[in-house]
Amino acid sequence: MLKEGQVRIPSGCAISGMFSKTGQRQSGENIIQSISVMHERSNGLGGGFAAYGIYPENKDYYALHIFHDHLAAKNECESFLERHFDLINLSKIPTRKHKGVTDEPLIWRYFVTPLPTKLESSQLDEREFVAKCVFRINTRIEGSYVCSSGKDMGVFKAVGFPEDVGRFYRLDEYEGYCFTAHGRYPTNTPGWWGGAHPFALLGYSVAHNGEISSYDANRRAIEMYGYSCTLQTDTEVITYIFDYLHRKKGLTFQEIASVISAPFWQTIEAMPPEEKETHEYLRNAFASQLITGPFSILVGFEGGLLALNDRLKLRSMVVGEKDDMVYIASEEAAIRVIEQDLTRVWSPKGGELVLVELEGGSR
Amino acid sequence: MAIRYIYSEYEVSRNTDRCIVCRVCERQCANEVHTYLPEQNKMTADESKCVNCHRCVSLCPTRALKIIKGNNTYKENANWSNKTMNELYRQADSGGVLLSSMGNSENYPIYFDRILLNASQVTNPSIDPLREPMETRVYLGSKAVKIERDEKGRLKNNLLPHLKLSMPIMFSAMSYGSISYNAHESLARASEELGIYYNTGEGGLHEDFYPYGKNTIVQVASGRFGVHKAYLNQAAAIEIKIGQGAKPGIGGHLPGKKIVGDISKTRMIPEGSDAISPAPHHDIYSIEDLSQLVYSLKEATEYKKPVIVKIAAVHNVAAIASGIARSGADIISIDGFRGGTGAAPTRIRDHVGIPIELALAGVDKRLRDEGIRDQVSVVVGGSIRSSTDIVKAVALGADCVYIGTAALLALGCHLCRSCHEGKCNWGIATQVPELLKRLNPDIGYKRLVNLLTAWRHEIEEIMGGMGINSIESLKGNRLMLRGVGLNEKELEILGIRHAGE
Repeated sequence: MLKEGQVRIPSGCAISGMFSKTGQRQSGENIIQSISVMHERSNGLGGGFAAYGIYPENKDYYALHIFHDHLAAKNECESFLERHFDLINLSKIPTRKHKGVTDEPLIWRYFVTPLPTKLESSQLDEREFVAKCVFRINTRIEGSYVCSSGKDMGVFKAVGFPEDVGRFYRLDEYEGYCFTAHGRYPTNTPGWWGGAHPFALLGYSVAHNGEISSYDANRRAIEMYGYSCTLQTDTEVITYIFDYLHRKKGLTFQEIASVISAPFWQTIEAMPPEEKETHEYLRNAFASQLITGPFSILVGFEGGLLALNDRLKLRSMVVGEKDDMVYIASEEAAIRVIEQDLTRVWSPKGGELVLVELEGGSR
Repeated sequence: MAIRYIYSEYEVSRNTDRCIVCRVCERQCANEVHTYLPEQNKMTADESKCVNCHRCVSLCPTRALKIIKGNNTYKENANWSNKTMNELYRQADSGGVLLSSMGNSENYPIYFDRILLNASQVTNPSIDPLREPMETRVYLGSKAVKIERDEKGRLKNNLLPHLKLSMPIMFSAMSYGSISYNAHESLARASEELGIYYNTGEGGLHEDFYPYGKNTIVQVASGRFGVHKAYLNQAAAIEIKIGQGAKPGIGGHLPGKKIVGDISKTRMIPEGSDAISPAPHHDIYSIEDLSQLVYSLKEATEYKKPVIVKIAAVHNVAAIASGIARSGADIISIDGFRGGTGAAPTRIRDHVGIPIELALAGVDKRLRDEGIRDQVSVVVGGSIRSSTDIVKAVALGADCVYIGTAALLALGCHLCRSCHEGKCNWGIATQVPELLKRLNPDIGYKRLVNLLTAWRHEIEEIMGGMGINSIESLKGNRLMLRGVGLNEKELEILGIRHAGE
C-alpha cells in the first residue's frame, strides 16, 4: 500500500482550539477534553495537537520535533543538524504507553539555533534558512521527519484517536497560552505518523477540517516558490500558502483571508472604490492561492491564532468567548465541555476571518 | 478534352419527388454546381465543382438536397489512399504547391478526447451553479508582484496592465481580408456584449470598428500591414504574431484580387498588390530582438497595454515560451497544429507542429520549473471545439483559450475548407459583394453570443461538479484530469494519471 505522500488521501476531521489573550498558560488537559467530545469525527487514524508558549525557558531557540524511523536515520539526521545548527539541548520527547497508540517511531526534540557561519554563507534570513533545512531533512533523509520547527511551540501528533494521542504525549503536563487539536478521518489508512495533523512549518501550524477542490492548482503554484508538498495533504499546502503570503510576501492575515477565501466578484463589485481595488488586486495577483471546496482551518502562529472557513462555509465552525479566553471548534459541544458559561457564542460566516492575538503583541 | 483523373469525392443527391425547381440552389452556389435544364424543367448538378459547403442543403426549402460521400473508388490500397492519389494527380496537373484551408484534418491523436474529468462524491460536496455563485472571470497578464504599501499601509496597485475577461475565451486572430467585414463586425459586437476580446489578425483595423477598441486585440505580424500609432492605441492589447499553428515557419499571402477598397486602405497597401507576410519578422532573428519589439510596442503605447506573443506549437515550444516569458511579454499565446487558416500549404498544415494539449502541458510545466509561470499568462488555441476542451485546457494549465474555427462555425461555416478559393457561400471568407452580404451581423453576433453563453453554462456546471466555484482554482489543477488509453510517456508529458489510478 502506498504511504502518505505517494498518494493523496481525502479526510474528514474535527478541529478545536483555545487561546488566552492575556497569555495565561494553562495545562493541555482542557484541549484533550474538548477534542474527545468529537470522537466520532475521527476514526483512529490520526490525531494531534499544536501548543504555543510551552517552552519559555528555550523560547529563543527553534524547537524541532523529529520522528526517526530507526537509529540510522537518527544518526544521519543529527549529523545534518550538527553541520547546520548549534544544538542547545536534545532529548527524547516524554511519552506514556497507551494501548491506543502503537508503532511509535523514535520521537526526539532538539532546541537549535543556526550556526552563524552557515547562516551567513547561505545568504538567507534566519527563518528561511531553518525552513530550507527542514525541507532538506524531510525530503532527503529517509526515515527522519521534522513535524514541528517553530519557537516556543510544538506539534505532538500520532496515528490514533486524538484524546489517546494527547495522553500518550502527556500533554496535560505542558502549559501554554494556545492549543489546537485535530482528529482525523482519512478514507483509507497509510498509518504514518507524519501524515497526522496539525501540520507545521516554523511558527505556523494548521489544523484543517475539509477537503479542498483546488488542491492541485494550489500545490503546483506553491511548489514554484520552493516548497515541496511531500504529504499531498490539504493541510500541508495551506500551511505553505500561509507561510508564503505572510512571511515571504508580507501580507496581513486579513489580506491572506481575502486571498484564500476571497469574496465573490459580485460582493467585490458592490464595495467602495478603494476597497474594491484592493480586493481586485489581491484576487488577481494571488489567483493561484484561492482555495475552493470545504475547509475550516485553525492557524496557530507565534502570538496568535486565526480561524477561517471556505467562502461558502461548507464546514461547521463555532467560536465561543469567555473573559480572556477564545475557543474555536467544529462543534459547540466541544467548547461547552470545557467552558459552560460562555459570554458569546457565534458562527463565523464563510470567508470571515477570526483573529486573536496576545494583548501587547508576541512575547 | 483533357483527361479528368479525379472523380469527385462527394455527390449531390437530389430527391426529385421533393424538388420544386425553385432554383434557390442555383442562385446560392458560387461554385455553379447547380444548373436548371429548361427543356426538362429540372435541376441538375455538377459535383466536380462542389466543395461540400452545405449552403444549398441548408437553404433548400423542401429538404430535397443532401451531399453524400461517393462510392467511386480506386483499387483499394492501404499505402496509396484515394486522397493521396488525387493529390498527386492534382500536382501533376498544375505543378503547384497543394493549398488547403482551415485546420489539419488528418487522423492524429486528439488528446482532449483521451482525457476525462473528475467530480465530487461524498468527501466534499459538488456545488450547484443555479444556487451558488460560479465565477469564470479571468485576468490576463503578469502576476509577478512585490508587495508595496502607501503611507497609510494600503496595498499599492502595482500590477502591470491586464486584460479582464468574463470567461476564459477569446476569438483568435482572423484578418479583415481573410474574412469579411460582416464577420469582423459580428466578432467585435459579440466580444463587447460578452466582455471578452477578438483579434484583428494582421489585416489592420477598419475604422468603423474603432468603437470596439476596448474589446480588440490588434496584431503586429511580419508584414506589418495596417500598423500605425492610432491602431496600436485603439486596442486593449497588442499581439506580436510569430507563428500560427496551421503553418509554422511559413509566411502569408493574400492575393492582390482580395486587396480591394477598404481592405487596401486598412492594410495600407495599394489596391491589387499582393499582401505578402514574410516567414520571419525581418527585425526578429533571435530572442533578444523579440524583446526589443515588445518594448518598442510598449513605448508606443505608454506601457498601458499588455503585449501578447503568439507562437505555433513546435517541438521545442517549452524553451521558446520560457524565452518569451523573459522577454517582457505579458501573455504567451500558443497555437496547436490543428489551428485553422484561410490558406496554407497542405503539406505544412498537415505535417508541421505538435498537438496543443502536449505543447500546453510542456510549456506550463517548464515555466513552473523555472519559477516564472507568474510572469505570463498562457492562452492556447488550435483547436478548441467545446466547453470540455476549455475545462481540460485550463486544468492542464492554460489561463484562457482562443477559438477561431468554432466561432466561424457559429457564423455558418460548414468546414468545407475552401477559404483560399475566396468564394465562401456563407459570406465569411470572401470579399465578393453579393456573397458577403449573406452574413447578417445582427444574426451573426447573436449566434456567437449564444455559443459562448452556452459554453459558459457548461463550464460552470462542470466546475460545480468538481466542487470548484471559481475558475482560478481549476487552472493547472491536473488532479481533476485522468487519461484513458494513453501510454506512460503521454501521461508523463501531460502530467496526469491514468483513469483508475
